[in-house]
Amino acid sequence: MKIKILQSGILFGVKKQRLDPQVIQKYNDNEGKFLTAFFPILWMVLFFLIPMIIILKISFAEMQFAMPPFTKFFNSVGSYLIEIKINFKNYVNFLENHYYIMAFKNSIILSFITTIICLLLGYPMAYGIHNAGRKTKSLLLLLVSLPFWTSFLIRVYGWMNLLSINGIVNTTLMKWGVINAPIQFIGNYYMVCLGLVFCYLPFMIFPVYSILEKVDQSYIESAFDLGCSRTKAFWSITFRLTYSGIFSGSILVFATTIGEFIIPELLGGSRVITFGRVLWTEFFTNLDWPMACAFSVIMMFFIILPIFFLQKKAKI
Amino acid sequence: MIFPTQPIIKRNNNEAWEDLNTDPYIQIEEVTKVYNDITPLKNISISIYKGELFSILGKSGCGKTTLLRILAGFEKPTSGRILIDGIDVTNWPPYKRPVNMVFQSYALFPHMTVAENIIFGLKQEGLGKTAINDRVKEALSLLQLSGYEDRKPDQLSGGQKQRVALARSLVKRPKLLLLDEPMAALDKKLREQTQFELVNIQEKIGVTFILVTHDQEEAMTMSTRIAIMHDGKIRQVGVPHDIYEFPNSRYVAEFVGSVNLFEGVVVEQDLDHVLIETPAMDCLCYAAHTGVIPKGSNITFAIRPEKLMISSIRPTYPRNWTQGIIKEIAYLGDISIYYVQLESGKIVMATLPNLLRISERDFQWEDEVFLFWRSENSLVLTS
Repeated sequence: MKIKILQSGILFGVKKQRLDPQVIQKYNDNEGKFLTAFFPILWMVLFFLIPMIIILKISFAEMQFAMPPFTKFFNSVGSYLIEIKINFKNYVNFLENHYYIMAFKNSIILSFITTIICLLLGYPMAYGIHNAGRKTKSLLLLLVSLPFWTSFLIRVYGWMNLLSINGIVNTTLMKWGVINAPIQFIGNYYMVCLGLVFCYLPFMIFPVYSILEKVDQSYIESAFDLGCSRTKAFWSITFRLTYSGIFSGSILVFATTIGEFIIPELLGGSRVITFGRVLWTEFFTNLDWPMACAFSVIMMFFIILPIFFLQKKAKI
Repeated sequence: MIFPTQPIIKRNNNEAWEDLNTDPYIQIEEVTKVYNDITPLKNISISIYKGELFSILGKSGCGKTTLLRILAGFEKPTSGRILIDGIDVTNWPPYKRPVNMVFQSYALFPHMTVAENIIFGLKQEGLGKTAINDRVKEALSLLQLSGYEDRKPDQLSGGQKQRVALARSLVKRPKLLLLDEPMAALDKKLREQTQFELVNIQEKIGVTFILVTHDQEEAMTMSTRIAIMHDGKIRQVGVPHDIYEFPNSRYVAEFVGSVNLFEGVVVEQDLDHVLIETPAMDCLCYAAHTGVIPKGSNITFAIRPEKLMISSIRPTYPRNWTQGIIKEIAYLGDISIYYVQLESGKIVMATLPNLLRISERDFQWEDEVFLFWRSENSLVLTS
């Protein structure tokens, strides 16, 4: 459909000179439509689709110690022949290597749990903000977005500072005599999950909140009127009508946390193996770009999969 | 459709409010609502009888919707009581009241089909499957929705949505059904037809309806009685023709239909009439009136435009006529409105049915005409 808009836009541009002013006005409106669609499409193609294709291409290459560090996709053999080399080794590697599979599984489970916790925390928060008074509402929204004003890295360092061996929590507890030796908080999956929830909660709150705001109050009143108590009306009407918010919030949280690198790196220690970390190792330590690209493609696939799966359910 | 095949049933129970032995079914007792700085309802008391189709008519912002929401239970009155069938329900939540509401937007649940929407309320009552099915079937046939069970609300027309909303409320068998501007979302033709349908349905099932509207035509056609509301107060309650023919105040006279108002002074007062002198006209006005109005008091008298007759011949009797020049004629198809300028400069409206074609009509612009009226058709308004 996007292509259609594009084509018609170009056509109208050509025809314009031959038409009377009134008709031109009409086509100008269409041209506006075309322009508004064109730039986002251009942006997506230039900065999203083309890089994706490049990644896909590299994932089928072989690693080599050269510049660039992978073999060519198109090779000219003789003067009229182009050879396309598709190498599935990286994908097979992934499937055969227990370590990679484990990292992948860990990431999916971690992201899934993070998404669920974000939903459990974020939905009530969004609902609370939605039901707050007008002034309180804007204050609360500001507070939710406030952490974004500081650097992501600093926020994670903040957690490290709080919970490290010499951190505030440990020293305070020792001072009060609650514990004798410092507790090792950092360096496990719980900690990573905490960090992820803390950093990505707003991504759940905002979409849910914006959909909650759109639910017509008369639906809920009508449910009361038809005999529902407040709780029943919430579950059968409000909650059901905010599926799309839950869906987009969950996708945002899931998709961004699955490839997350900084939080597992800083709060996870050496025992936490996630996809983002494996990717990093492949890229920067092993310099195996094709392998890293193959991982990216697999990850991409697993992010898109739940979107397709959930989209049907999110529709009203 | 129900209406075209059978004429409207003559209401035979519509004198309940005149019968002293009948207890009112819905009692609104001295209800006042105060928000922070505004008072949308000021000491409202209305008694509504079983089987009535009672309209609350008023401009937007007059408090009629607040009153409806208090009846539904969405809001609590600051003071006063609501009694339904003798039971005080003032503090009952909406889901416990034997009251259902049809919202202006219909508020059909967008994620449910027509059938699911209708069943929704019954499920909350915990009825058995067969009972639910029977009631739903009944409602679907009453509102001619059979065949639409599996549609989603966004696949329905405005009229169908309204019928689903009605069905959804009526399957609950409420003691009172509230309708908030039920016709507002419909176009004019459909509105007229739906008005009659609604009256027919109401008469078939005998549920008491309270309808809130700003459309006086709607209130006039459908209601057993109308309450005129203004600025949080009830100005008049009465059957439609009483409201129109005998408004109790200048506000009601002006609000319902159009009217010509004249300021005047009472110069003679008797048991059955008053004589009024007005600066707008030369002659005295003889108005039938039974109340006591002291001689010399300032009053307003009102004449509806259709009660004014136009003639090119000077009347021979001494009272209740005046003369002027036609300044403007508004052609509305069925009737024409003549704007006649009196010698005092005041412009008076008179309507005549267009019995002849426009080119053949009796009066044209700038014609000098005489306006006259029957003495019982001039209304004396003291407030």
